[in-house]
Amino acid sequence: MKLAFNLAYKNLIGAGLRTWLNVGVLSFAFVLIIFYNGMIDGWNRQGREDTKAWEVAHGQFWHPEYDRLDVFTIIDAHQEITGTAAEYVSAGKLVPILLRQATIYPQGRMQGVLLKGIPHQQAVLELPTSVLQYNENAVAALIGHRMAKAAGLKVNDRLLIRWRDKNGTFDAIELRIAAIFSCDVPSVDNGQIYIDFDQMQKMVGLNNHATLLVKGTEEEIELSNWDFKNINVLLKELDDIIESKKAGGIVLQAVLLLIALLAIFDTQVLSVFRRQKEIGTYIALGLTRQQVVGIFTVEGGAHSFLAALVGAVYGIPFFLWLDTVGISFGNVDVGITIAEKIYPYYSIGLIFTSILLIVISATIVSYIPARKISGMNPTEALKGKLQ
Amino acid sequence: MNNVVIDLKRLTKHFPVGNGKFTALSDINLSFSKGEFAGLVGPSGSGKTTLLNIIGSLDVPSEGSANVLGKSIAGLSQKQAAQLRNYHIGFIFQTYNLLPVYTVYENVEFALLLQNMTEGERRKAVMQALEWVGLTDKEKSKPSMLSGGECQRVAIARSMVKQPDIVLADEPTANLDSKNSHHILQTMQRLNEELGVTFIFSTHDEKVMQYLKRKISLADGRVVNDETVELIANR
Repeated sequence: MKLAFNLAYKNLIGAGLRTWLNVGVLSFAFVLIIFYNGMIDGWNRQGREDTKAWEVAHGQFWHPEYDRLDVFTIIDAHQEITGTAAEYVSAGKLVPILLRQATIYPQGRMQGVLLKGIPHQQAVLELPTSVLQYNENAVAALIGHRMAKAAGLKVNDRLLIRWRDKNGTFDAIELRIAAIFSCDVPSVDNGQIYIDFDQMQKMVGLNNHATLLVKGTEEEIELSNWDFKNINVLLKELDDIIESKKAGGIVLQAVLLLIALLAIFDTQVLSVFRRQKEIGTYIALGLTRQQVVGIFTVEGGAHSFLAALVGAVYGIPFFLWLDTVGISFGNVDVGITIAEKIYPYYSIGLIFTSILLIVISATIVSYIPARKISGMNPTEALKGKLQ
Repeated sequence: MNNVVIDLKRLTKHFPVGNGKFTALSDINLSFSKGEFAGLVGPSGSGKTTLLNIIGSLDVPSEGSANVLGKSIAGLSQKQAAQLRNYHIGFIFQTYNLLPVYTVYENVEFALLLQNMTEGERRKAVMQALEWVGLTDKEKSKPSMLSGGECQRVAIARSMVKQPDIVLADEPTANLDSKNSHHILQTMQRLNEELGVTFIFSTHDEKVMQYLKRKISLADGRVVNDETVELIANR
């Protein structure tokens, strides 16, 4: 085996430009695969962290009838916070949120929104809810930058909001935009207005009621009459989208890898035909045909080792640089959590898997043409005759 | 008969050609003793190289038998044939067949890498082989930096380094000028005398014939003459 590696190394270096072209393409595939998957993993990590920080914390307890994908459930999905739940709410370990559909009229237009009542003193979510405590002339409201942009609202703008109370009666009040927050989680921003939880209860007449409770602690909490949704359930949409992005990326990576492997395959085919005399010499010197197949396979597979080294030479500085500056996506709104800047995440598993994938693929495509050697007639090979 | 290293009996070799077959060797009966310096001579297509290939276990007879060092060539597995070549048979080719990516030292060492030898033992054997052919100063050179004569001397060193029982040389001087040819032949003659290795040449070069102790003439795959000739080297 040492002989095979030694010979492979010398033959590869001896082949000069042909080797370096193959290695260059393969190393690019290496770097791109690691970069793309690192970016997706980085997006996933940041997305999960941001969503936890701004929306789901350590999970949520939902009213049994609440379905976040069905707006018709909102009107009835609320219940009184009693017993253990009330104790945890008092301790600040659960944050109650009461939901209501409402309509706003910015600049005379009508726009449906989701009104959310949340305690201004909560410290579980990143939402800057402390601004909601000042309700002197108008009810203080908090919106995200997406909502502000969609409705054309600025801080201190006032707007009319209309909703139905617990009896189904329409009511209206003037809101003052107390603050506009900026975050990467569209599901806490798009079409949503936050007001203080106490104010919300007064407006809808549902004293001490909540639609959901956000869990702000890692400790186990069991509440009857509330359905617990853990992080995995709440982040499933994000995970699904990222999985689909990963799957889409595989096509691109596969095409690139295929090009690189095709180059190795071509080189191997050429080698087996051009180096017949050499093959014959190996056999004459005492190697079996299978050993010669091994030498050629190792030689082809060694492209991937060289590619890993070359890829490391320019890939590591590139990845370290990206880790410092991140990849900016600006304020792109794609409807899912995506940071303005993604910092790719390169795990050992990712790097190891990528190397393994390429080394195995390169070895297989090297073996296929090399197999022909096992059927060669050594006397014809020594003459260099095409077989 | 204990000295016989190669014994060929009624050896015939056919090659398929289209729907028929071409007979390259027909009814060859020969034997070679240890330490012979023999040549298979004859025009192109007479079967010289085919016979060398069978003796070297690179090919098998279609009919008859070829026994080399007591082993029937036809009965050897690929691995056994490879071992026979690796330990007991050295090859010298017309076009040298050196590995271009290896240095002179590594080319000579290659044959030993398949044997269970320590690095020190290998180094000693390689340096000795290079000394035999007068190339100790070229051990780090690549074949591309050597003349044709030097390349062939490296090939001789490679074939001799494992101290084989038999060396098969296929047209070893065909690509060399007269001076280099004589130098090569004298080297091989000296190794034959000093080490008792059996040399069998395939040639139609008159210069080689001057050195042969036994000349076997082939024509159309048959032995037409087998005679011991007077040594006329160094004249």
